[in-house]
Amino acid sequence: MGCQRSRTGITVAGSTSVEPFAELLAEEYMSMHPKAHIYVQGGGSTAGIVAAFSGAANIGMSSRNLIDAEKKLYAVTIAKDAIAVIVHPSNPFNDLSLDKIIEIFSGKTAKWKEMGGPDHPIDIVTREEGSGTRESFQKFVMGKVDISLGALVQDSNGAVRQVISSDANAIGYISLGLVNDRVKALRISGVQPSLANVNNGKYTLVRPFLFLFNGDPAEEAKSFLDFVLSPSAQKLLLKEGLVPVVEKVG
Amino acid sequence: MQLQEKIIEKILLLIAFSSIFILALITFFIFEEGIPLILKVGAKAFLLGEKWIPSKGLFGIFPMIVSSFWVTLGALLLGIPLGLACTIFLSEFIPPSVGAFFRPAIQLLAAIPSVIYGFWGLIVLVPLIRNHLGGPGLSILAGSVVLGFMILPTIITISEDALKALPPSYKAGALALGATHWQTIWRVLIPAARSGIVASVILGMGRAIGETMAMIMILGNAVKMPTSFLDSARTLTTNIGIEMGYASGDHRQALFATGIVLFFIIMALNTLAIFLSRRRAR
Repeated sequence: MGCQRSRTGITVAGSTSVEPFAELLAEEYMSMHPKAHIYVQGGGSTAGIVAAFSGAANIGMSSRNLIDAEKKLYAVTIAKDAIAVIVHPSNPFNDLSLDKIIEIFSGKTAKWKEMGGPDHPIDIVTREEGSGTRESFQKFVMGKVDISLGALVQDSNGAVRQVISSDANAIGYISLGLVNDRVKALRISGVQPSLANVNNGKYTLVRPFLFLFNGDPAEEAKSFLDFVLSPSAQKLLLKEGLVPVVEKVG
Repeated sequence: MQLQEKIIEKILLLIAFSSIFILALITFFIFEEGIPLILKVGAKAFLLGEKWIPSKGLFGIFPMIVSSFWVTLGALLLGIPLGLACTIFLSEFIPPSVGAFFRPAIQLLAAIPSVIYGFWGLIVLVPLIRNHLGGPGLSILAGSVVLGFMILPTIITISEDALKALPPSYKAGALALGATHWQTIWRVLIPAARSGIVASVILGMGRAIGETMAMIMILGNAVKMPTSFLDSARTLTTNIGIEMGYASGDHRQALFATGIVLFFIIMALNTLAIFLSRRRAR
């Protein structure tokens, strides 16, 4: 008498930025469809893309745009996410220009004092190579300039937030949906990172959250995708701080 | 009866070999994945390159090799004196009633999961260093202190065994010649057990170089060459640990190649330790 578990579940794997939201959606979906099993795994955007290609996951998750070689996958934007530049709440700065941010993250400006702040070194916190958040930050903010090799590297949004919430000299970037009151999100050239400013196009540090399929979505995966794009699921994402892709939510 | 024993013997042999087989499989796989990248970028550029920017095809791990040894050196600076002092106390001075509590406590140090050490370092040690010594706190110093504690059980248990294995006549002879207890320990017992103690330190070193989880949490993982104990650093193991989830293609192979380097370092250390403890046995 072996354990006879039905193997009808689907696996969703990839970006750790998308993962918490996908977990939430999966829970909601499974409570509506008690027979369905959706397994959500992390691993990172690149891993999600690889998993979608190889079939290791039914749905890959990515928090960065696909490069040309990856465009064979069928990609659906399930929501958009803004990236916020964050500092410790005690940091005197509330607003930095894009140029200043580039100077800080490239290591050119090494002390807060150089910009009129306190006489402390700047502790840059970045994400590891391959992270979708890092790639988006590199693309939207840094452009061709490299992030300083002396930057502290943390391997998740949560870890970056943890370091910055305890270090008064630190600056980093995380998903806007994960900003809480232990850190302070900076205005960039006067624009507050907020859902309103993302929607009206003023805040441009925005990246897509993608679901990736190798071929057309089918069966359970399609049913889950339909749910994710439904108004009720999108409303859930909005409540969690993401920018919905379906108009007129709620 | 004879046949039954033969069968059991063969089964045991098979099981014993299966673990070696798995080891061989892991070794093969690491080399198979890693060697192509080393050949592609060149051994010199890989081992001595100072820039690790996988997205640009730069795979230099020299800062990580240096950091690995730096963190380990720091751990030994703390671990050797503490470990040796503990060993001497345990084997020579400890009252039996205390020993019943002390020895298990030391062994418990080895049983604490490394993530707990890391968490403690992150919450207690890192802010302490940041506020009192400067820098980001996530640093070689924090890593060294935590590792120093983590290698204590290795150093203490093995060097205590080395001391215990000495013939009782050494101690009796030294005392009979009029040496004090301390002179006996310092001039006779420690030198006699030297190779075992050195072996314990080398095994501790292997433990320190291999530690990953705690180091990811408290070293800060910056990829530049460290210049002070207060700098953030990335070791060989943490490089693999922090980037494996996201790596693909050359990047992934480069992490396996990092594993090859680690493999050789650990092999060298273990071989040295085995060699030293054999010499003692003779």
